[in-house]
Amino acid sequence: MAMQNELVKSLAKKPATLLYPFEKYDSIPGSRGKVVIDITKCIGCGLCIRDCPAFALEMVGKGPTCDMKWYITRCVFCGQCVETCPRSAIIQETTYDLAGAEKAALVIEYKRPKSS
Amino acid sequence: MKNLSENTFSVPFGPQHPALKEPENFMFTVDGERVVDVKIRLGYVHRGGEKAFEARTYTQGLYLVERICGICAMAHQLCYVNNVEALIDIEIPRRADYIRTIIAELERIHSHLLWVGVAGHEVGWDTLFMYAWRDREVVLDLMELTTGNRVLHASNTIGGVRRDLTSEMISRIRKGMKLLKERTNYYKAMIPKERTLMKRAVGVGVLKPQDAVALCAVGPTLRASGIKRDVRRDDPYSAYDETPFDVITYDGCDVASRVLVRVDEILESIKILNYALEHLPSGPIAVRLPRGVPAGENVSMVEAPRGEDIHYLKSNGTDKPERYKVRAPTLANWPAVGAMIKGGYIADIPIVLAAIDPCMSCTDRMTFTEVNSAKSWQWSRDELRRYSLKWRGK
Ligand code: SF4
Ligand code: SF4
Repeated sequence: MAMQNELVKSLAKKPATLLYPFEKYDSIPGSRGKVVIDITKCIGCGLCIRDCPAFALEMVGKGPTCDMKWYITRCVFCGQCVETCPRSAIIQETTYDLAGAEKAALVIEYKRPKSS
Repeated sequence: MKNLSENTFSVPFGPQHPALKEPENFMFTVDGERVVDVKIRLGYVHRGGEKAFEARTYTQGLYLVERICGICAMAHQLCYVNNVEALIDIEIPRRADYIRTIIAELERIHSHLLWVGVAGHEVGWDTLFMYAWRDREVVLDLMELTTGNRVLHASNTIGGVRRDLTSEMISRIRKGMKLLKERTNYYKAMIPKERTLMKRAVGVGVLKPQDAVALCAVGPTLRASGIKRDVRRDDPYSAYDETPFDVITYDGCDVASRVLVRVDEILESIKILNYALEHLPSGPIAVRLPRGVPAGENVSMVEAPRGEDIHYLKSNGTDKPERYKVRAPTLANWPAVGAMIKGGYIADIPIVLAAIDPCMSCTDRMTFTEVNSAKSWQWSRDELRRYSLKWRGK
């Protein structure tokens, strides 16, 4: 019973855990979450794809007219692509609740706006 | 298996348990409640990691190497970058060395707190488990703040670190450390007085100093047998050559000493952190390097939370390694586990196994076979834990 003081003190405190999903955890700024590609800045060099350790990025088409796909299920949220991109076209947001029930919804496409 | 007496049982322990710990198989020979012999079979979670390195560039390898172990991620990555940087023959900025030391020590604190909780759980003291894991959140939040990830920090790059420490981060680490120091001192004072743990830990799983050396035990397991050995002091890397700290040892050679070594190491880590934060040099945090690595070989060692971690790298001059070999600390500790368990009680198996803080082990399902009558029964990990608590409670 060496802990009794601690136990009594804890009785008056609220639980240390959060009731997710009713209570959301506020990500700390800089936390590594969702990968967002600003496709208008992308030049289609493919460097991010070469460095991604999880094969989570895919180029559709070639060169400056390409579209990009990001596979949430493969990404390990390392942020290497952000660092690699020579055009700073990729940023990482802090959004962490990216799970979904539909597999198709877990691939995000970043499509180039049609310029005519 | 040879029968040692009328009462000898063979007890396969593991390997299936997909959830808490990784699969592992132990074959115990028991005589009544006493364990006479143990055989360890490894390899149930072979993931082909070493081969995977050969198919990945050095940059991709940075993130693969972390996934050898989610808890020692920083230690493995540090070992990897030390290897690659040694082959390129490059000095990294001093500030990066200090930041690496800071993250590595934060990781040690989180790993040891996690372990203290697990040890409490194994002996049926779940209150300690809850409190230790609550306190561990402080470190995990600091990890997220400094590296962006709570685990698998991805904080190193070849040539330095990826994120700088801002003054706000530094003051938050200081605040966190103040709180943790208080908490750890509380555990340190309370644990030796608490019979729940001490009755299960003192004199249990004894590893004599000469055995510890002969069987090549590493880390806190070795230091709890009174041997002062620590890579951070014996072969310093990063900023450990400048950081003053004590190598903690205890002479109890039992589970209790292994608990106390880890609790004291948390306090030492806090000391190292405070020193490193105070003496953090200014300057750049990384140097840019060419993508290829010159041909050659290198071995590097790092003191992971569980002990000495050794990596070997062979490069053929391309942008991918030719061979990468990893010797994680838990592997080095298995032979010592044999010595600890022999002569002990079945009921003590869970805590003795947990005491080396195995990075891979499973104790979920076991079949007990009575050799003579071929009678057998199965116990799950939980059932064994309950049996162990009940038997010990007698
Ligand atoms: S964060 Fe890492 S894993 Fe995810 S897409 Fe970028 S490089 Fe690939
Ligand atoms: S590295 Fe940047 S510019 Fe190059 S393909 Fe990737 S997103 Fe586009």
